[in-house]
Amino acid sequence: MSDKDRRHVFDNPRNVKRVIHALYGVCAVSLLAELFIHRHVDHPWEALFGFYSLYGFAACVVLVLVAKEMRKVIMRKEDYYGD
Amino acid sequence: MTSVAPFLVFFIGALFVALSRGTLRSVLLLAIPLAGAFNLLQFDPGSYGTLSLLGHTLTLVRVDKLSLLFGYLFHLAAFLAIIFSLHVRDPIQQVSGVIYAGSALGAVFAGDMITLFVFWELLAVSSVFLILARRTQRSQAAALRYLIIQVLSGVMLLAGVLIIAHRTGSIAFEFIGLGSLGSWLIFLAFGIKCCFPLLHNWATDAYPEATPTGTVFLSAFTTKVAVYALARAFPGTELLVYIGATMAMFPIFFAVIENDLRRVLAYSMINQIGFMVVGVGLGTALAMNGAVAHAFNDVIFKSLLFMSMGAVLYKTGEMNGSALGGLYKSMPITTGLCIVGAASISAFPLFSGFVSKSMVMVAVLEEGHPIVWLALLFASAGVFHHAGIKIPFFAFFAHDSGIRTGEPPRNMLIAMGIAAVICVFNGSYPWLLYSLLPFPVDYEPYTAAHVLTQSQLLFFSALAFCWLKLSGLYPPELPGVNIDAEWIYRKIAPAAIQRLGGALGTLRQGVMFRAQTRLERFISHIYRHHGPDGIMARTWPTGSTVLWVAVLLGAYLLIYFL
Repeated sequence: MSDKDRRHVFDNPRNVKRVIHALYGVCAVSLLAELFIHRHVDHPWEALFGFYSLYGFAACVVLVLVAKEMRKVIMRKEDYYGD
Repeated sequence: MTSVAPFLVFFIGALFVALSRGTLRSVLLLAIPLAGAFNLLQFDPGSYGTLSLLGHTLTLVRVDKLSLLFGYLFHLAAFLAIIFSLHVRDPIQQVSGVIYAGSALGAVFAGDMITLFVFWELLAVSSVFLILARRTQRSQAAALRYLIIQVLSGVMLLAGVLIIAHRTGSIAFEFIGLGSLGSWLIFLAFGIKCCFPLLHNWATDAYPEATPTGTVFLSAFTTKVAVYALARAFPGTELLVYIGATMAMFPIFFAVIENDLRRVLAYSMINQIGFMVVGVGLGTALAMNGAVAHAFNDVIFKSLLFMSMGAVLYKTGEMNGSALGGLYKSMPITTGLCIVGAASISAFPLFSGFVSKSMVMVAVLEEGHPIVWLALLFASAGVFHHAGIKIPFFAFFAHDSGIRTGEPPRNMLIAMGIAAVICVFNGSYPWLLYSLLPFPVDYEPYTAAHVLTQSQLLFFSALAFCWLKLSGLYPPELPGVNIDAEWIYRKIAPAAIQRLGGALGTLRQGVMFRAQTRLERFISHIYRHHGPDGIMARTWPTGSTVLWVAVLLGAYLLIYFL
């Protein structure tokens, strides 16, 4: 099939790299922007530097690692319920 | 007043749809939500269509800001789902979809609990056909489980209403609050439809088994009717804050390891309803506004996500993350629209989730629940992770599955396009939505701090995904089922019943055996005395009888003379 042989944008590993580098870029910019933007805080935890960045990162890592462990306990074969 | 009850437009429309064919049917289908919306615009706040039943007054239509907002929302959702399913040539799905949407309208405009109950059950009965219409063995079984649980919710609702009506004489659909047995029954009935933890599994069981278009209908109505009912009857119930936080938290873990992408969306639906339930539980003006606004936005972006996955399923026949991937090459428009939905549910600035979820978050802190706030923040990062990244990533990017297909039918693309426009419109210009909310809005979503913190949260969540993926720590998509609460009624209960049946069988055998030996012994005892050789069966000669009679008479004479 000719379409299968066509190269698409993410078939080129360099484009994938570009996306990842762009993500690094926006992460760095958003973190540094905190130095210049006055943040209104409703709770003292929020006032810590990089609170949202750190919490977002940690939350996702914890989420995935816990879910991965859950698999060992709760995962069964597809026909587990007999259908 | 020249308008009719909102549900009637849909019910009468369904009748005409059932009787028509071809293009006329498509035109009628599209006309129903438009005519309904026009009809709805004629209503002023107030109660309409009252009738008497057994000494109670039923109110078929109660119009106020809360019911109107859900009314608009359901018309919009029905319109989108109808466009999305316009190519379907299956009258069962089309008719039941319209009746289902009409039942949802009947429920949110119900002015009393009996009317609510009637539409509550109609929701269950009409929607089950959208699952049955998949016509697979799995879907038939899932549909039956779905129906049993939904009807159970209705029965509990009716029982609760009757208890309260008996005690107080009132069937008003107003604030109820927790207290008596009746109110708890109603609370749990709402809780089943609202997917409270452990009562949630019907949704993740049945929604992924429905037809590609059916799930779009399903995701819009049942659970949001339940949110409306909670907002009406249990605002400010603190228990809901903790229930909602749990609902926001636990499904994201399941969503991360779930392979069926529509089941991932069903879990993320529960996660989003969690935010609404927290808002209702807080009960303040800001929190209630947030809950209702988020319900509105959620219906649209969740429809968009379910539509994009429905389009993938329709085109490829495949829904497992492990079998999909690389579809951006052949479905670029669908990919883009799915990403809009993903950005909206993740609450990116300028997308709809951003302007509604944060109202609940702020209200949580204002009411002094920092732990719940942390849980919801965790859930916000988590939803970006499993719905915002995982859904588009594993369907459209990831490894190339080799599947080459095309864009879905035009009607599907149009429906997704309209939904995407609404997501961006509500996100960039929230004030129209805010003006429809039940309480006056004193909230500004676009502050520098809010934009910054939310961006940080999301960018760093993406960074975490990226790091986990590159380091190989990210769990691969694997085919399989994950045990959830349904395990209790699909595995444990049947096994227990089988065990009990076995035990009862053994018991019955033992009892029967003993009874039989007793009976046999009894029969042989009788046989010994009455059988052919028994003493009672002996033939006695007439002479001996005469002799015995003479003895008796002699004895009698003797006693007489004495």
